[in-house]
Amino acid sequence: MSASLKLKALTKSIWVFHAACSPCNNCDIEILDLLTPRYDVERFGIQLVGSVRHADALLVTGAVNKKIVDRLKRLYEQAPKPCVVVAVGNCACSEIMFRDSYNTCGPLDKIIPVNAYIPGCPPKPEAMIMGIVKLIKALRGEK
Amino acid sequence: MKILFEFIVFPGFLFTAIAGMVFSWIDRKVTARVQWRQGPPIFQPLYDFVKLLIKETIVPASANSVIFLLAPLLAITSTTLASVILWKAIINPQSLFVGDLIVVIYLLAVTPIAVILGASASGNPIASLAASREMKLYLAYELPFIFSILVSVIKLHTIKLGEIILSQQSSGIILNSFSGVLAFVIFLLTIQAKLGLVPFDMAEAETEIAGGVFIEYSGVPLAIHKLNRIMLLFIIPVFAAVLFFGGNFLSIIAVLVLIILIRNTNPRVRIDQAIRFFWRTCLIFSVFAVVLATIGY
Repeated sequence: MSASLKLKALTKSIWVFHAACSPCNNCDIEILDLLTPRYDVERFGIQLVGSVRHADALLVTGAVNKKIVDRLKRLYEQAPKPCVVVAVGNCACSEIMFRDSYNTCGPLDKIIPVNAYIPGCPPKPEAMIMGIVKLIKALRGEK
Repeated sequence: MKILFEFIVFPGFLFTAIAGMVFSWIDRKVTARVQWRQGPPIFQPLYDFVKLLIKETIVPASANSVIFLLAPLLAITSTTLASVILWKAIINPQSLFVGDLIVVIYLLAVTPIAVILGASASGNPIASLAASREMKLYLAYELPFIFSILVSVIKLHTIKLGEIILSQQSSGIILNSFSGVLAFVIFLLTIQAKLGLVPFDMAEAETEIAGGVFIEYSGVPLAIHKLNRIMLLFIIPVFAAVLFFGGNFLSIIAVLVLIILIRNTNPRVRIDQAIRFFWRTCLIFSVFAVVLATIGY
Protein backbone atom coordinates (compact mmCIF):
# COMPACT_ATOMS: atom_id res chain seq x y z
CA MET A 1 0.00 0.00 0.00
CA SER A 2 1.43 3.36 -1.00
CA ALA A 3 2.43 5.86 1.66
CA SER A 4 0.17 8.62 0.33
CA LEU A 5 -2.92 6.42 0.47
CA LYS A 6 -2.00 5.41 4.02
CA LEU A 7 -1.62 9.03 5.07
CA LYS A 8 -4.88 9.96 3.36
CA ALA A 9 -6.80 7.19 5.11
CA LEU A 10 -5.24 8.09 8.45
CA THR A 11 -6.04 11.79 8.21
CA LYS A 12 -9.48 11.42 6.62
CA SER A 13 -10.86 9.13 9.29
CA ILE A 14 -9.95 10.25 12.80
CA TRP A 15 -11.77 8.46 15.59
CA VAL A 16 -11.56 10.43 18.79
CA PHE A 17 -11.44 9.17 22.34
CA HIS A 18 -12.26 11.77 24.94
CA ALA A 19 -10.16 11.46 28.09
CA ALA A 20 -11.34 13.84 30.82
CA CYS A 21 -8.46 14.14 33.30
CA SER A 22 -9.86 16.15 36.22
CA PRO A 23 -11.22 19.06 34.17
CA CYS A 24 -13.83 21.59 35.31
CA ASN A 25 -16.05 20.21 32.50
CA ASN A 26 -16.08 23.44 30.49
CA CYS A 27 -13.76 22.00 27.84
CA ASP A 28 -15.81 18.79 27.78
CA ILE A 29 -19.00 20.74 27.11
CA GLU A 30 -17.26 22.57 24.27
CA ILE A 31 -16.02 19.25 22.84
CA LEU A 32 -19.60 17.95 22.91
CA ASP A 33 -20.63 21.19 21.16
CA LEU A 34 -18.10 20.38 18.47
CA LEU A 35 -19.81 17.04 17.81
CA THR A 36 -23.32 18.51 17.48
CA PRO A 37 -25.00 19.00 14.08
CA ARG A 38 -24.08 22.70 14.09
CA TYR A 39 -20.36 22.02 13.55
CA ASP A 40 -20.75 18.49 12.11
CA VAL A 41 -17.19 17.14 12.24
CA GLU A 42 -18.39 13.85 10.68
CA ARG A 43 -17.93 15.75 7.37
CA PHE A 44 -14.19 15.23 7.93
CA GLY A 45 -14.58 11.65 9.16
CA ILE A 46 -14.14 12.58 12.82
CA GLN A 47 -16.18 10.38 15.14
CA LEU A 48 -16.36 9.92 18.88
CA VAL A 49 -15.71 6.31 19.93
CA GLY A 50 -16.39 4.62 23.24
CA SER A 51 -13.34 2.38 23.52
CA VAL A 52 -9.72 3.52 23.51
CA ARG A 53 -8.82 0.49 21.35
CA HIS A 54 -10.67 2.13 18.43
CA ALA A 55 -9.11 5.55 18.94
CA ASP A 56 -6.81 7.47 16.57
CA ALA A 57 -6.72 10.62 18.67
CA LEU A 58 -6.80 11.18 22.41
CA LEU A 59 -8.45 14.45 23.44
CA VAL A 60 -7.19 15.24 26.92
CA THR A 61 -8.78 17.97 29.00
CA GLY A 62 -7.98 19.26 32.45
CA ALA A 63 -5.02 19.59 34.79
CA VAL A 64 -3.80 16.04 35.30
CA ASN A 65 -3.69 15.24 39.03
CA LYS A 66 -2.12 12.45 41.02
CA LYS A 67 -5.17 10.22 40.97
CA ILE A 68 -5.56 10.21 37.22
CA VAL A 69 -1.94 10.25 36.03
CA ASP A 70 -1.39 6.45 36.10
CA ARG A 71 -4.67 5.86 34.32
CA LEU A 72 -3.80 8.42 31.65
CA LYS A 73 -0.46 6.71 31.00
CA ARG A 74 -2.24 3.37 30.79
CA LEU A 75 -4.83 4.78 28.37
CA TYR A 76 -2.05 6.05 26.14
CA GLU A 77 -0.38 2.63 26.17
CA GLN A 78 -3.70 0.91 25.39
CA ALA A 79 -4.37 3.04 22.32
CA PRO A 80 -3.26 1.33 19.08
CA LYS A 81 -0.49 3.26 17.32
CA PRO A 82 -0.32 5.51 15.29
CA CYS A 83 -2.24 7.64 17.76
CA VAL A 84 -2.07 11.41 18.25
CA VAL A 85 -2.65 13.28 21.49
CA VAL A 86 -4.37 16.66 21.58
CA ALA A 87 -4.28 18.85 24.68
CA VAL A 88 -7.53 20.80 24.83
CA GLY A 89 -7.77 23.87 27.03
CA ASN A 90 -5.32 25.93 29.05
CA CYS A 91 -5.21 23.40 31.91
CA ALA A 92 -3.94 20.57 29.72
CA CYS A 93 -1.59 22.88 27.81
CA SER A 94 0.09 24.66 30.71
CA GLU A 95 -1.90 24.12 33.93
CA ILE A 96 -2.34 27.92 34.29
CA MET A 97 -3.42 28.70 37.86
CA PHE A 98 -3.00 25.12 39.11
CA ARG A 99 0.70 25.29 38.26
CA ASP A 100 2.17 24.91 41.76
CA SER A 101 -0.74 23.05 43.26
CA TYR A 102 0.03 20.18 45.66
CA ASN A 103 -1.73 17.49 43.63
CA THR A 104 -1.13 18.24 39.95
CA CYS A 105 1.52 16.32 38.01
CA GLY A 106 2.81 18.87 35.58
CA PRO A 107 1.43 19.85 32.16
CA LEU A 108 0.29 17.07 29.86
CA ASP A 109 3.42 17.02 27.67
CA LYS A 110 5.53 16.01 30.67
CA ILE A 111 3.38 12.88 31.07
CA ILE A 112 2.68 11.67 27.51
CA PRO A 113 3.88 13.04 24.12
CA VAL A 114 1.51 15.72 22.80
CA ASN A 115 0.98 16.45 19.08
CA ALA A 116 -1.24 19.52 19.24
CA TYR A 117 -2.15 22.21 21.76
CA ILE A 118 -5.50 24.01 21.68
CA PRO A 119 -5.41 26.82 24.26
CA GLY A 120 -8.47 28.60 25.58
CA CYS A 121 -10.54 28.52 28.71
CA PRO A 122 -12.54 26.84 27.27
CA PRO A 123 -11.51 26.88 23.56
CA LYS A 124 -14.36 27.57 21.15
CA PRO A 125 -15.41 24.73 18.79
CA GLU A 126 -14.03 26.79 15.89
CA ALA A 127 -10.65 26.91 17.64
CA MET A 128 -10.71 23.12 18.03
CA ILE A 129 -11.50 22.63 14.33
CA MET A 130 -8.61 24.99 13.56
CA GLY A 131 -6.33 22.95 15.81
CA ILE A 132 -7.34 19.68 14.13
CA VAL A 133 -6.76 21.22 10.68
CA LYS A 134 -3.28 22.37 11.72
CA LEU A 135 -2.55 18.92 13.14
CA ILE A 136 -3.64 17.20 9.91
CA LYS A 137 -1.50 19.61 7.87
CA ALA A 138 1.48 18.90 10.10
CA LEU A 139 0.97 15.15 9.72
CA ARG A 140 0.86 15.54 5.94
CA GLY A 141 4.03 17.62 6.03
CA GLU A 142 2.38 20.78 4.67
CA LYS A 143 2.90 24.26 6.01
CA MET B 1 -12.10 -21.88 -10.50
CA LYS B 2 -15.56 -20.53 -11.28
CA ILE B 3 -16.68 -21.18 -7.72
CA LEU B 4 -13.62 -19.36 -6.38
CA PHE B 5 -14.33 -16.40 -8.68
CA GLU B 6 -17.94 -16.32 -7.54
CA PHE B 7 -16.91 -16.44 -3.89
CA ILE B 8 -14.19 -13.79 -4.09
CA VAL B 9 -15.23 -11.41 -6.86
CA PHE B 10 -18.69 -11.23 -8.33
CA PRO B 11 -21.59 -12.01 -6.12
CA GLY B 12 -19.17 -12.72 -3.31
CA PHE B 13 -16.70 -10.78 -1.24
CA LEU B 14 -15.59 -7.83 -3.39
CA PHE B 15 -19.01 -7.04 -4.82
CA THR B 16 -20.73 -7.29 -1.44
CA ALA B 17 -18.04 -5.20 0.24
CA ILE B 18 -18.23 -2.40 -2.34
CA ALA B 19 -22.04 -2.38 -2.46
CA GLY B 20 -22.10 -2.53 1.34
CA MET B 21 -19.80 0.49 1.55
CA VAL B 22 -22.15 2.42 -0.73
CA PHE B 23 -25.09 1.34 1.44
CA SER B 24 -23.23 2.32 4.57
CA TRP B 25 -22.52 5.74 3.05
CA ILE B 26 -26.24 6.12 2.20
CA ASP B 27 -27.01 5.19 5.80
CA ARG B 28 -24.66 7.82 7.21
CA LYS B 29 -25.70 10.47 4.70
CA VAL B 30 -29.44 10.01 5.32
CA THR B 31 -28.77 10.01 9.07
CA ALA B 32 -26.88 13.28 8.64
CA ARG B 33 -29.67 14.83 6.58
CA VAL B 34 -32.26 13.75 9.15
CA GLN B 35 -30.18 15.55 11.78
CA TRP B 36 -29.84 18.59 9.48
CA ARG B 37 -26.12 18.05 8.87
CA GLN B 38 -23.92 17.73 5.80
CA GLY B 39 -22.67 14.19 6.36
CA PRO B 40 -19.48 12.37 5.35
CA PRO B 41 -18.06 12.10 1.80
CA ILE B 42 -18.82 9.02 -0.30
CA PHE B 43 -15.44 7.37 0.26
CA GLN B 44 -15.73 7.64 4.06
CA PRO B 45 -16.44 3.91 4.68
CA LEU B 46 -13.41 3.07 2.50
CA TYR B 47 -11.18 5.49 4.43
CA ASP B 48 -12.36 3.99 7.72
CA PHE B 49 -11.65 0.47 6.49
CA VAL B 50 -8.18 1.25 5.10
CA LYS B 51 -7.27 3.19 8.23
CA LEU B 52 -8.22 0.26 10.46
CA LEU B 53 -6.07 -2.02 8.30
CA ILE B 54 -3.04 0.21 8.91
CA LYS B 55 -3.53 0.51 12.66
CA GLU B 56 -1.74 -1.63 15.20
CA THR B 57 -3.54 -4.84 16.22
CA ILE B 58 -3.56 -5.40 19.95
CA VAL B 59 -4.43 -8.77 21.47
CA PRO B 60 -5.16 -8.38 25.20
CA ALA B 61 -3.03 -10.46 27.55
CA SER B 62 -6.13 -12.06 29.08
CA ALA B 63 -7.59 -13.06 25.71
CA ASN B 64 -7.73 -16.44 24.03
CA SER B 65 -5.91 -15.15 20.98
CA VAL B 66 -6.91 -17.88 18.48
CA ILE B 67 -10.68 -17.51 18.99
CA PHE B 68 -10.35 -13.75 19.42
CA LEU B 69 -8.69 -13.38 16.00
CA LEU B 70 -10.63 -16.10 14.15
CA ALA B 71 -14.14 -14.93 15.15
CA PRO B 72 -14.27 -11.98 12.68
CA LEU B 73 -13.05 -14.28 9.88
CA LEU B 74 -15.79 -16.80 10.67
CA ALA B 75 -18.40 -14.03 10.56
CA ILE B 76 -17.23 -12.54 7.28
CA THR B 77 -16.89 -15.93 5.54
CA SER B 78 -20.46 -16.92 6.33
CA THR B 79 -21.80 -13.50 5.37
CA THR B 80 -20.02 -13.72 2.02
CA LEU B 81 -21.42 -17.21 1.43
CA ALA B 82 -24.96 -15.99 2.21
CA SER B 83 -24.48 -13.17 -0.27
CA VAL B 84 -23.29 -15.58 -2.97
CA ILE B 85 -26.37 -17.79 -2.50
CA LEU B 86 -28.80 -14.86 -2.53
CA TRP B 87 -27.32 -13.25 -5.64
CA LYS B 88 -27.09 -16.53 -7.52
CA ALA B 89 -30.80 -17.02 -6.79
CA ILE B 90 -31.58 -13.54 -8.14
CA ILE B 91 -29.41 -13.81 -11.28
CA ASN B 92 -30.38 -17.35 -12.24
CA PRO B 93 -33.40 -18.60 -10.23
CA GLN B 94 -33.06 -22.18 -11.52
CA SER B 95 -29.42 -22.65 -10.54
CA LEU B 96 -29.57 -23.56 -6.84
CA PHE B 97 -30.59 -26.53 -4.71
CA VAL B 98 -33.78 -27.16 -2.71
CA GLY B 99 -33.58 -25.70 0.79
CA ASP B 100 -31.12 -22.87 0.08
CA LEU B 101 -33.41 -20.58 2.10
CA ILE B 102 -32.62 -22.62 5.20
CA VAL B 103 -28.89 -22.42 4.47
CA VAL B 104 -29.14 -18.62 4.23
CA ILE B 105 -30.95 -18.46 7.59
CA TYR B 106 -28.19 -20.55 9.18
CA LEU B 107 -25.43 -18.48 7.57
CA LEU B 108 -26.98 -15.25 8.85
CA ALA B 109 -27.05 -16.80 12.33
CA VAL B 110 -23.28 -17.31 12.31
CA THR B 111 -22.53 -13.57 12.66
CA PRO B 112 -24.05 -13.14 16.16
CA ILE B 113 -22.42 -16.41 17.24
CA ALA B 114 -19.01 -15.24 16.02
CA VAL B 115 -19.49 -11.86 17.71
CA ILE B 116 -20.38 -13.59 20.99
CA LEU B 117 -17.35 -15.90 20.65
CA GLY B 118 -14.98 -13.02 19.97
CA ALA B 119 -16.33 -10.90 22.80
CA SER B 120 -16.17 -13.75 25.29
CA ALA B 121 -12.64 -14.65 24.19
CA SER B 122 -11.39 -11.09 24.74
CA GLY B 123 -11.35 -11.48 28.53
CA ASN B 124 -12.84 -8.05 29.15
CA PRO B 125 -15.66 -7.86 31.75
CA ILE B 126 -17.56 -5.24 29.72
CA ALA B 127 -17.27 -7.40 26.60
CA SER B 128 -18.67 -10.39 28.47
CA LEU B 129 -21.61 -8.24 29.60
CA ALA B 130 -22.15 -7.19 25.99
CA ALA B 131 -21.85 -10.80 24.83
CA SER B 132 -24.59 -11.81 27.25
CA ARG B 133 -26.78 -9.02 25.87
CA GLU B 134 -26.09 -10.12 22.29
CA MET B 135 -26.97 -13.71 23.23
CA LYS B 136 -30.28 -12.72 24.86
CA LEU B 137 -31.12 -10.47 21.94
CA TYR B 138 -30.35 -13.23 19.46
CA LEU B 139 -32.57 -15.71 21.32
CA ALA B 140 -35.32 -13.08 21.39
CA TYR B 141 -35.40 -12.02 17.75
CA GLU B 142 -34.60 -15.25 15.93
CA LEU B 143 -38.02 -16.92 16.36
CA PRO B 144 -40.14 -13.99 15.06
CA PHE B 145 -37.55 -13.64 12.25
CA ILE B 146 -38.02 -17.25 11.15
CA PHE B 147 -41.82 -17.05 11.51
CA SER B 148 -41.94 -13.98 9.27
CA ILE B 149 -39.89 -15.86 6.67
CA LEU B 150 -42.27 -18.84 7.03
CA VAL B 151 -45.13 -16.72 5.68
CA SER B 152 -43.48 -16.54 2.25
CA VAL B 153 -42.71 -20.27 2.39
CA ILE B 154 -46.30 -21.22 3.28
CA LYS B 155 -47.89 -18.91 0.72
CA LEU B 156 -45.65 -20.03 -2.15
CA HIS B 157 -45.28 -23.72 -1.15
CA THR B 158 -41.49 -23.79 -1.69
CA ILE B 159 -38.24 -23.50 0.25
CA LYS B 160 -36.15 -22.70 -2.82
CA LEU B 161 -35.09 -19.05 -3.16
CA GLY B 162 -35.27 -19.18 -6.95
CA GLU B 163 -38.84 -20.47 -6.93
CA ILE B 164 -39.83 -17.86 -4.32
CA ILE B 165 -38.60 -15.17 -6.75
CA LEU B 166 -40.15 -16.75 -9.86
CA SER B 167 -43.60 -17.40 -8.42
CA GLN B 168 -43.73 -13.88 -6.98
CA GLN B 169 -42.86 -12.44 -10.38
CA SER B 170 -45.59 -14.49 -12.07
CA SER B 171 -48.39 -14.30 -9.50
CA GLY B 172 -47.90 -11.06 -7.55
CA ILE B 173 -45.63 -10.22 -4.61
CA ILE B 174 -46.14 -11.50 -1.06
CA LEU B 175 -46.61 -7.95 0.21
CA ASN B 176 -49.98 -7.76 -1.58
CA SER B 177 -51.63 -9.96 1.04
CA PHE B 178 -52.60 -9.16 4.62
CA SER B 179 -50.31 -11.77 6.17
CA GLY B 180 -47.49 -10.57 3.92
CA VAL B 181 -47.72 -7.01 5.24
CA LEU B 182 -47.75 -8.27 8.82
CA ALA B 183 -44.75 -10.54 8.19
CA PHE B 184 -42.85 -7.71 6.48
CA VAL B 185 -43.32 -5.39 9.47
CA ILE B 186 -42.09 -8.11 11.86
CA PHE B 187 -39.17 -8.80 9.49
CA LEU B 188 -38.21 -5.09 9.47
CA LEU B 189 -38.21 -4.94 13.28
CA THR B 190 -36.17 -8.12 13.70
CA ILE B 191 -33.53 -7.16 11.13
CA GLN B 192 -33.03 -3.95 13.07
CA ALA B 193 -31.80 -6.16 15.92
CA LYS B 194 -29.90 -8.45 13.54
CA LEU B 195 -27.97 -5.50 12.12
CA GLY B 196 -27.32 -4.05 15.58
CA LEU B 197 -28.96 -0.72 14.74
CA VAL B 198 -30.32 1.79 17.15
CA PRO B 199 -33.46 0.66 18.92
CA PHE B 200 -31.76 -2.69 19.55
CA ASP B 201 -28.04 -1.86 19.62
CA MET B 202 -27.60 -2.49 23.34
CA ALA B 203 -24.87 -5.06 22.63
CA GLU B 204 -22.52 -2.35 21.35
CA ALA B 205 -23.89 0.70 23.10
CA GLU B 206 -21.07 3.26 22.93
CA THR B 207 -22.40 5.50 25.66
CA GLU B 208 -22.93 2.90 28.37
CA ILE B 209 -20.63 -0.06 27.68
CA ALA B 210 -18.02 1.61 25.48
CA GLY B 211 -18.36 -0.28 22.20
CA GLY B 212 -19.58 -3.45 23.92
CA VAL B 213 -18.73 -6.59 21.99
CA PHE B 214 -15.99 -4.81 20.01
CA ILE B 215 -14.37 -3.09 22.99
CA GLU B 216 -11.04 -4.98 22.83
CA TYR B 217 -10.84 -5.17 19.04
CA SER B 218 -8.41 -2.91 17.20
CA GLY B 219 -6.72 -2.79 13.81
CA VAL B 220 -7.37 -5.57 11.30
CA PRO B 221 -9.88 -7.71 13.30
CA LEU B 222 -11.94 -4.59 14.00
CA ALA B 223 -11.81 -3.71 10.30
CA ILE B 224 -13.14 -7.17 9.43
CA HIS B 225 -15.90 -6.91 12.03
CA LYS B 226 -16.93 -3.49 10.70
CA LEU B 227 -16.81 -4.75 7.12
CA ASN B 228 -19.00 -7.67 8.14
CA ARG B 229 -21.57 -5.26 9.60
CA ILE B 230 -21.41 -3.22 6.40
CA MET B 231 -21.93 -6.32 4.22
CA LEU B 232 -24.89 -7.39 6.37
CA LEU B 233 -26.39 -3.94 5.88
CA PHE B 234 -26.34 -4.73 2.18
CA ILE B 235 -27.44 -8.38 2.05
CA ILE B 236 -30.29 -8.24 4.56
CA PRO B 237 -32.26 -5.71 2.46
CA VAL B 238 -31.52 -8.02 -0.51
CA PHE B 239 -32.91 -10.93 1.50
CA ALA B 240 -36.03 -8.88 2.29
CA ALA B 241 -36.41 -8.00 -1.40
CA VAL B 242 -36.19 -11.69 -2.35
CA LEU B 243 -38.71 -12.80 0.27
CA PHE B 244 -41.34 -10.09 0.02
CA PHE B 245 -40.83 -8.26 -3.30
CA GLY B 246 -39.73 -11.00 -5.71
CA GLY B 247 -36.17 -9.70 -6.07
CA ASN B 248 -37.14 -6.21 -7.21
CA PHE B 249 -34.05 -3.93 -7.21
CA LEU B 250 -35.83 -0.73 -6.18
CA SER B 251 -37.26 -2.44 -3.13
CA ILE B 252 -33.71 -3.07 -1.81
CA ILE B 253 -33.20 0.70 -1.50
CA ALA B 254 -36.71 1.11 -0.06
CA VAL B 255 -36.01 -1.43 2.69
CA LEU B 256 -32.67 0.28 3.43
CA VAL B 257 -34.33 3.69 3.77
CA LEU B 258 -36.99 2.19 6.07
CA ILE B 259 -34.24 0.70 8.25
CA ILE B 260 -32.43 4.05 8.41
CA LEU B 261 -35.61 5.93 9.32
CA ILE B 262 -36.48 3.46 12.11
CA ARG B 263 -32.92 3.81 13.36
CA ASN B 264 -33.06 7.60 13.43
CA THR B 265 -36.44 8.09 15.05
CA ASN B 266 -36.09 5.72 18.00
CA PRO B 267 -34.11 5.71 21.25
CA ARG B 268 -32.18 2.68 22.43
CA VAL B 269 -34.29 0.37 24.58
CA ARG B 270 -33.08 -1.71 27.52
CA ILE B 271 -32.36 -5.41 26.99
CA ASP B 272 -35.37 -6.54 29.08
CA GLN B 273 -37.65 -4.22 27.10
CA ALA B 274 -36.27 -5.64 23.86
CA ILE B 275 -36.83 -9.25 24.95
CA ARG B 276 -40.35 -8.43 26.12
CA PHE B 277 -41.05 -6.69 22.81
CA PHE B 278 -39.79 -9.60 20.68
CA TRP B 279 -41.22 -12.43 22.76
CA ARG B 280 -44.65 -10.86 23.35
CA THR B 281 -45.62 -8.44 20.61
CA CYS B 282 -43.53 -9.67 17.69
CA LEU B 283 -43.97 -13.39 18.40
CA ILE B 284 -47.75 -13.12 18.80
CA PHE B 285 -48.12 -11.09 15.61
CA SER B 286 -45.78 -13.35 13.65
CA VAL B 287 -47.68 -16.48 14.72
CA PHE B 288 -50.87 -14.65 13.72
CA ALA B 289 -49.34 -13.91 10.32
CA VAL B 290 -48.38 -17.58 9.87
CA VAL B 291 -51.94 -18.66 10.75
CA LEU B 292 -53.37 -16.12 8.31
CA ALA B 293 -51.03 -17.40 5.60
CA THR B 294 -52.07 -21.00 6.28
CA ILE B 295 -55.78 -20.21 5.85
CA GLY B 296 -55.02 -18.23 2.73
CA TYR B 297 -55.22 -14.48 3.49
